[in-house]
Amino acid sequence: MKAFDYHRPAAVGEAAALLATLADSRPLAGGMTLLPTLKLRLAEAPALIDLSRLSEARGIKQDGDALAVGAMTCHADVAASPLAKALIPGLAQLAGSIGDPAVRNRGTIGGSLANNDPSADYPAAVLALGAVIVTSRREIPADDYFVGLFETALEPDEIILAVRLPVPRAAGYAKLRNPASRFPTVGVFVADTSAGVRVAANGFALGVARLPEFESALANHFAPDAVAGIHVDAEAFSSDIHAEAAYKAHLVGVMARRAVSTALELRGPP
Amino acid sequence: MALSFTLNGKPRQVEAAPSTLVSELLRDHLGLTGTHVGCDTSQCGACVVLLDGRAVKSCTLLAPALDGASVTTIEGLAKGEVLHPMQQAFHLNHGLQCGFCTAGMVMTAVALVADNPSPTEAEVRAGLEGNICRCTGYQNIVASILAGAAAMRSASDVAA
Repeated sequence: MKAFDYHRPAAVGEAAALLATLADSRPLAGGMTLLPTLKLRLAEAPALIDLSRLSEARGIKQDGDALAVGAMTCHADVAASPLAKALIPGLAQLAGSIGDPAVRNRGTIGGSLANNDPSADYPAAVLALGAVIVTSRREIPADDYFVGLFETALEPDEIILAVRLPVPRAAGYAKLRNPASRFPTVGVFVADTSAGVRVAANGFALGVARLPEFESALANHFAPDAVAGIHVDAEAFSSDIHAEAAYKAHLVGVMARRAVSTALELRGPP
Repeated sequence: MALSFTLNGKPRQVEAAPSTLVSELLRDHLGLTGTHVGCDTSQCGACVVLLDGRAVKSCTLLAPALDGASVTTIEGLAKGEVLHPMQQAFHLNHGLQCGFCTAGMVMTAVALVADNPSPTEAEVRAGLEGNICRCTGYQNIVASILAGAAAMRSASDVAA
């Protein structure tokens, strides 16, 4: 790997100042995407700002009617958290399905959201739950946060500190995993929230997006059959060697039905 | 930069560039070549070590992450000439063929059983998602881990 300057600040202000002053510097969270990208020389960073010592970005706690997850919390910790499992079991289940055990021990929710990979799992949950991304300078509603392919509303020197996820009445996630890479080909997160039913899918060519037709169908009747037959336009997907766009569009409906089933199972009997 | 950590139970101080990968540090700087590098892209799991007891891929970890932490490599499992129960289980169940992936398999298995002392076969298979073996077809690896889990349980019963 090419040499880089390395900083490990203990305070958020210091980390943001380093990012603002060191040209082309990059924040490092769990490194599960950034390090392979640097190793393959798909990206270059003259300086890395390691966020691992920022205590403000750690921990899982209840914050009113929401679950607050520190940005540097790894997927394994969300998956195992009794609080996460009690408040949003669909989220804990999603976290436990990311990558593989070793990746889950390093990869973080903040890193996943900052990267906004179209095949990442967390963005669908964060968007469907109507979460708020708490950063070093403001609070960004999920609806304003995801801008496009690997693009977010974050400024270059802005650091995610936490994600505040409103506790839904029911929520579930389903995905079709690429059998080799284990990344989702398409994943759908459904949430019955106090702001109505919200549904988001990853795997679109431009990344995560909400599915308004699925939302209104489920608002009428929160059951798997309610979304049967909804047409999903293949235009929004790109074909690749693993799946044609039309197949991915078809998968949205399949995964949405499974996600609703999961949400109902996790909610338990009324 | 100066790094201070516990390596296989012993305190170590090393000097390494921040861009050093833990796999490089272990193999090239410290001579611990039991940790293998297979794909070097965090997919194959041959390089798995334990960082504060958790399985991590050392090819996708910067050396500074070790600072203040405790690291266990495959060299740290056996007690002298006595193999760790999981190593012994791989030996008895023929849980390897060429052996290249084995260190990573064993380290992943030790972490899995520490979290879940009585895993089902399905849980073992799910736990191996990040470890690739190109020889065995996994059957004997899974058998080894189930046997190793049982051996680790009885070892902890004896210790208790």
